[in-house]
Amino acid sequence: MKTVDISIQNISKVEGHADLDVKVVNGKVEKVKLALTDNKRFFTEAIRGQTIDSLPQAVARICGTCSIAHTMCCIEAIERALGVKVSEQAMALKKLTMYGMMIRDHALHVYLFSLPDVFGKDSVLDFVGEEAQYLKDSFVVKRAGNNLSTVVAGRAVHAPYPVVGGFMETPKDKDLKALIPELKEARERMMKVLGVYAKAKVDYVRETNFVALSGPEFNFLGDYILTSDGKKIPEENYFEHLDKVVIPYSQAVGYEFEDDTYMLGALARLNLNKDKLHKNTKKDCARYLKMFPSNNIFLNNLAQAIEIVHSIDHSIEIIQGWKFKSEAPPKLEYKDCEGVGVIEAPRGLLYYKLALKKDGTIKEGRIITPTQQNQINMELDIKKLVQAEIDKRTGEGSGVGVERDSGSGGSVKGKGELGGGNYSGVGSKKGLGGEDFGGGGKSGLGELGVKDKEEIQYEMEKLIRSYDPCISCATHFLKVNWDEK
Amino acid sequence: MRVDKIMVKKKIGEGEKKLKMGWFSFSCCEDSTIVFTELLNDHFEEWNRIFEFQHVRILRSKNKLEGLDVAFVEGAIASKADEKKLLEIRKNCKKLVAIGSCAVTGGPAAQRNDFSKELQKEIEPLIKKFRMHKKVYRLDELVRVDYKVPGCPMSEEKFFEVIEKLKEDFGVG
Repeated sequence: MKTVDISIQNISKVEGHADLDVKVVNGKVEKVKLALTDNKRFFTEAIRGQTIDSLPQAVARICGTCSIAHTMCCIEAIERALGVKVSEQAMALKKLTMYGMMIRDHALHVYLFSLPDVFGKDSVLDFVGEEAQYLKDSFVVKRAGNNLSTVVAGRAVHAPYPVVGGFMETPKDKDLKALIPELKEARERMMKVLGVYAKAKVDYVRETNFVALSGPEFNFLGDYILTSDGKKIPEENYFEHLDKVVIPYSQAVGYEFEDDTYMLGALARLNLNKDKLHKNTKKDCARYLKMFPSNNIFLNNLAQAIEIVHSIDHSIEIIQGWKFKSEAPPKLEYKDCEGVGVIEAPRGLLYYKLALKKDGTIKEGRIITPTQQNQINMELDIKKLVQAEIDKRTGEGSGVGVERDSGSGGSVKGKGELGGGNYSGVGSKKGLGGEDFGGGGKSGLGELGVKDKEEIQYEMEKLIRSYDPCISCATHFLKVNWDEK
Repeated sequence: MRVDKIMVKKKIGEGEKKLKMGWFSFSCCEDSTIVFTELLNDHFEEWNRIFEFQHVRILRSKNKLEGLDVAFVEGAIASKADEKKLLEIRKNCKKLVAIGSCAVTGGPAAQRNDFSKELQKEIEPLIKKFRMHKKVYRLDELVRVDYKVPGCPMSEEKFFEVIEKLKEDFGVG
């Protein structure tokens, strides 16, 4: 087999824009380049000099779908920097805020992005017969999450109520109680889709290190960081364990964890924390939870579905157990200080480090998003998957050992400065070329038939979608000009 | 113009086709895309009668650009490549709707336009490396925009209003 290239441009059913190039030489996958192509929006620069008060709302604009994650992580970093004490009631509301986001955001992925792959359809809009019910189910589940966010945080996108130390508004008891029937309805619908994903298990594994927040409770806010190779790390020390990897063809910088690739997200969270899920979730999802821990990235879909059930169960418990009273957020006293916030965004660990000034403005900040951190791991998974698919079709042995060095498209590692203009000849994609817009992509796999090519391309897209990448987040731009001590 | 409108009305009114819509995003956080997917929770049946979702990347892989009736475009334009895509969209649609703050006013995606000289210099290598435009443009600086739905995220009420106008323009529903 000669040298052949496969490219997919503008991968569909993901948040944001990404291109993929795979180079195959003599039947061996030589290079996989996953380029996150959303243009940088320079948020890390823009936040310098902003007021501390306005920052949680400003950073929400990094990402539409997980805006709440950015707001909550930013708030946590400021709270830690200023030493703000958060009341028990505010903590309960923070959890509900996180659960509302998880239910809505995960449901978008579980139903609209990934379920068509399970049924071999192009779109959830093409579902017919019994499958069509899942489109209706998606609306029920998303609506429940959306309404929970609206009642607790003011809105599902760019939520206005959460502020440093608490919430601008306290939800009314009757509004919260009114959510319970629709949360229960959403839970019932979820139980059906769990079965679908469990049955659709794709036979694929690749060992990697999983990293997730943990604590006494499974609540996406966490206390410390756990890794599947047995480490426990305080949130404020997380950055010390990371190596920045400049990926010249991507608008987002990648990361390694202790010189190795790692995976964040629902799969990592369930692998490390499944024993801490809500008791009702553990009971009703017992047969699915047996599938974890797992090295199969395709199970990320099932893990997200289980997290929706957990988010519903814990939300109902909080709503039933609390009588929320009007509570003004504490008055803030500004000073020169630094703080780290780490929370679980839908796609994994989100890290904020902020330096504040006593005049009430931001000196500087560092933001590291989950999709950036998953970027290299995604490339390695794609490489392994494509190799296995080629071997299967050409009858070759399974040369699927994946080496980090040959797997990447030429990334450059280091803790120092962002390698801005150091890499020439990178350039942007070809612009608007026929299939670029059609989303169909093009491929040229020498001896493999057209059907083979289409199938391999589809398998790659499925894999990428399993990660649920969020490219808006990843390309917000990272400024790394920080004195680490 | 009047004749055109009547002709369009007749064609669609006979049920031969729905309004072929596309949904596109450029530099932004895609918050309005998320609001759109949330509005589907309650409006899918109604909109499915009016619209054919012909190019909606967030919902399907097989998308077709040619022959769109209406293109909803979210985000600002930050690079030559994106500008070319926008022009291509404009060429292929009858009506173009700017969706959300970045498309309508440029920001926050255009925040780098207002950076200090010092900060501009700092980001310059990246602007060059990724062949981005020196400044970020709102849509109507580059193409004709028929309707605007401002807001960050887009205002739902305004979006409904624009849908009503489009229904009237094309004689649908």
